Amino acid sequence: MTVRRLLGLVRWYLRELTGETAYDRYVERHRLAHPGVPAMPRREFERWRTDRGDEHPRARCC
Amino acid sequence: MTTPDSTRSRPSWRSILIWTAISVAAAIAWAVIALIRGEEVSAFWLVIAALGSYAIGYRFYARFIANRVLQVDDTRATPAERLDDGVDFQPTDRRVLLGHHFAAVAGAGPLVGPVLAAQMGYLPSTMWIIIGAIFAGCVQDMVVLFISMRRNGRSLGQLARDEIGPIGGAAALVGVFSIMIILLAVLALVVVNALAASPWGTFSIAMTIPIALLMGFYMRTLRPGRVLETSLIGVALLVLAIIAGGWVQASSWADAFTLSPQTLVFCLVIYGFVAAVLPVWMLLAPRDYLSTFMKIGTIGLLAVGVLIVAPVLQTEAITDFALDGTGPVFSGKLFPFVFITIACGALSGFHSLIASGTTPKMIQKESQVRMIGYGAMLMESFVAVMALIAACILDPGLYYAMNAPAGVLGTTVESASTAVANLGFTISPQDLQAAADAVGEESLVARTGGAPTLAVGMSEILSSVFGGDGLKAFWYHFAIMFEALFILTTVDAGTRVGRFMLQDTLGNVWKPLGRVSWKPGIWATSAVVVLAWGYFLYAGVNDPLGGINQLFPLFGIANQLLAAIALTVATTVLVKSGRLKWAWVTAVPLAWVAVVTLTASWQKVFSEDPRIGFFAQRERYADALAQGDVLAPAKDLDQMRTVVTNSTVDGVLAAFFALLVVIVILNAAWICWRAVRATEPLPSTEAPYVESKLLVPAGRVSSAEESGTAEDRP
Repeated sequence: MTVRRLLGLVRWYLRELTGETAYDRYVERHRLAHPGVPAMPRREFERWRTDRGDEHPRARCC
Repeated sequence: MTTPDSTRSRPSWRSILIWTAISVAAAIAWAVIALIRGEEVSAFWLVIAALGSYAIGYRFYARFIANRVLQVDDTRATPAERLDDGVDFQPTDRRVLLGHHFAAVAGAGPLVGPVLAAQMGYLPSTMWIIIGAIFAGCVQDMVVLFISMRRNGRSLGQLARDEIGPIGGAAALVGVFSIMIILLAVLALVVVNALAASPWGTFSIAMTIPIALLMGFYMRTLRPGRVLETSLIGVALLVLAIIAGGWVQASSWADAFTLSPQTLVFCLVIYGFVAAVLPVWMLLAPRDYLSTFMKIGTIGLLAVGVLIVAPVLQTEAITDFALDGTGPVFSGKLFPFVFITIACGALSGFHSLIASGTTPKMIQKESQVRMIGYGAMLMESFVAVMALIAACILDPGLYYAMNAPAGVLGTTVESASTAVANLGFTISPQDLQAAADAVGEESLVARTGGAPTLAVGMSEILSSVFGGDGLKAFWYHFAIMFEALFILTTVDAGTRVGRFMLQDTLGNVWKPLGRVSWKPGIWATSAVVVLAWGYFLYAGVNDPLGGINQLFPLFGIANQLLAAIALTVATTVLVKSGRLKWAWVTAVPLAWVAVVTLTASWQKVFSEDPRIGFFAQRERYADALAQGDVLAPAKDLDQMRTVVTNSTVDGVLAAFFALLVVIVILNAAWICWRAVRATEPLPSTEAPYVESKLLVPAGRVSSAEESGTAEDRP
């Protein structure tokens, strides 16, 4: 495997792990579900996504 | 029912050769660890024994459980596929999900437990960490994950109610809540003990709050969703904060950051409350990203360090303390207390909450429960092995000077040196001071809790690979930061989860309290949760007998009892779904953990030895108090009263935990008996079968796993 591919893989993994790709996935989903309706801008989407955490706490283990 | 195994082709020669080689390597490593006495054993053998055993466990036992016991079916749609809403339920790449799951299950537990258990020698701890993980911990995580996945991601409490009944369900819920409180208190105690009288550590950790706030605002206003770049900035600032801690320690600011344990308790309780009521985007979310990066990065660094340095173990294989139960770090004999002290890393009940939370809602294919459930726990077990190594490469004299209670050691290097000599080990006052100087601390005497010991061990290993002796102090504080960071994340997240449980329950009594957006309700319930763990934290800090010594066994018992509840649910489901033949897979670890924890609780409640039994301890101190006598290590009558109160509370709790678990197990046994006697199978609680349409791409690179096994392909 070339170094470039490896770096690409690491980047892909980290972006997926941290949820950076959530917006892209949302836009794709929205486009299919509601064609023609504009999707939320990124800022609004990220706010909505983070604020969900206020009402859906996730336990961290010991 | 046919299983994928029946159509399996014969294994290739190559595979037979590879697995024979792995087995031989693991067997040799085990032989070296177990049999060599009086000679130096390299930590390298522990790593080989662990990795070899994990590979065999994963390849054969986990596969057997997936195919035969659980009968995973990749033609069956998972809840992530059926209920895909792009939010809670969404099919996630298994490697990404493994990362999520691992970050959620791994914390300070597997780092602290093995360090304390090192007083019994490296052999029993190593065996329990590795064998316990393969046959108990990983099995619990994987089976609970599977059961929850088949039921649309129901939580452990709901599973207990559905499968066992209202009484078992209620006992499980009360158990989860009280265990969480003890867990948070003990973890916070570890942080307090690591930061007390250490301006360097206190400054660095305090700086994580502005750093997290900065990251939070950055992501909120400037660069929404750019987690990677924000985390990189955060990690860079974090490293800067660690370096700056050294400057602060040497400056006139040092006094402002030199805090007593009591002040730190106060700070932590306030912090815990504020953090739990602030919106997540400000503090929790950025802190979570930071701690995930630090966790994965540091553990990787440590693994590399251990493999390169291959340090020699200084501890004996089995110490006398293991056999006579008089160890200063925690009292009691090898059985049952080693299995209590090392909870996370071998078997951790808390994982069942994670495995029945978010993870089951994101699995693409049923067969992936093996990689995510079993695999993540193997990784955590490996973290525990490395923590054990870091503790066992320390000179035993230093280890006991750091880990015996302050009441035994006194406060000076001279008194500590004498006390260590009384325990049968040697360290000169000069050496003890030199060890503290090397890591940039005022003193290492009685730095209990495990975190400082692990940090000294890690600084030994990391400084011999990166930077030499000059960077020892940096690595020490790096390690302290790394532990404190995710303990604080756990405290924050745990307080929130506890608050929601409380709101949920109290909402049945008085509606407004159940509303998750009603501010006074949030404040009141958060305060209750914070004060509950704050009480135990405060008691631990002021306990003349040593808070860790008293509370850690309680934490271990609580965590293992939760595991008993999870394994009971798992066994009940297996029996009810007509798999009595395979129920031993979870019933045997259940029997083991029930015997271990109930024995430990029994001893903690009924033992006549005041060092072990809480009530015997209470009686001894209460009698002396009635006479007006002061018993060491208490220094005055107030401290005597503290001991009496604490041992009463601890004793009642130990009895209460044991009672809860007995209720759950008895209730489940009755349900299983009914299921076995019933002529028709009991109604299934699984979501009905829906055929899967999801094609799982092989990903960017196909792993060895995919080419080696058939059941991973849809």
